[in-house]
Amino acid sequence: MKLGRISGTVVSTIQHPSLDGHQLRVVDLLDVSGAPTGGYVIAVDSIGASHGQTVLVLDEGSSARQVMADANAPVRAIVVGIVDEVRVDGTDLDVT
Amino acid sequence: MQLADVIGTVVATQKSEGLDGVRFLILQPLDRSGEPSGNPVVAADALFTAGVGERVYFVSSREAAVALPEQFVPVDHAVVGIVDEVEIG
Repeated sequence: MKLGRISGTVVSTIQHPSLDGHQLRVVDLLDVSGAPTGGYVIAVDSIGASHGQTVLVLDEGSSARQVMADANAPVRAIVVGIVDEVRVDGTDLDVT
Repeated sequence: MQLADVIGTVVATQKSEGLDGVRFLILQPLDRSGEPSGNPVVAADALFTAGVGERVYFVSSREAAVALPEQFVPVDHAVVGIVDEVEIG
């Protein structure tokens, strides 16, 4: 899993049927200091995260299909948690 | 999944088993601001409707083949959605 921050939403009418009813979020990836790495993923939001929240994002297809309970979902990236706190080397990161 | 612009098409008559009827598109991957990022890739069109000039999102690696009707095919990128809008901020 990786740390990310919800920075946007992708709106799509024409999409693979497995994605119907799912929110697609733009997730900026973060390093362990909490700074954006410059990378991003478009991830299915399985938990209802809000804009600006720090999240756990998973980028592995088998697990994503398991979370979506859809063996045919062509999805790798999925938001699986909202981060309350991150502590690295005894220092708390700002995750708000 | 990543954002991309469809910049071209590829036609291949002779191809691996299972790829009959699959359309191939040339995608320019984008960063989250919509600027080109990295080299173009060839992707299967899992929607069968995407065309040049459209902004799409695509999935890579094993999950690309899962997007297609025949799931055990040699494909590493597939278009799975056409973007109406990306709301940032």
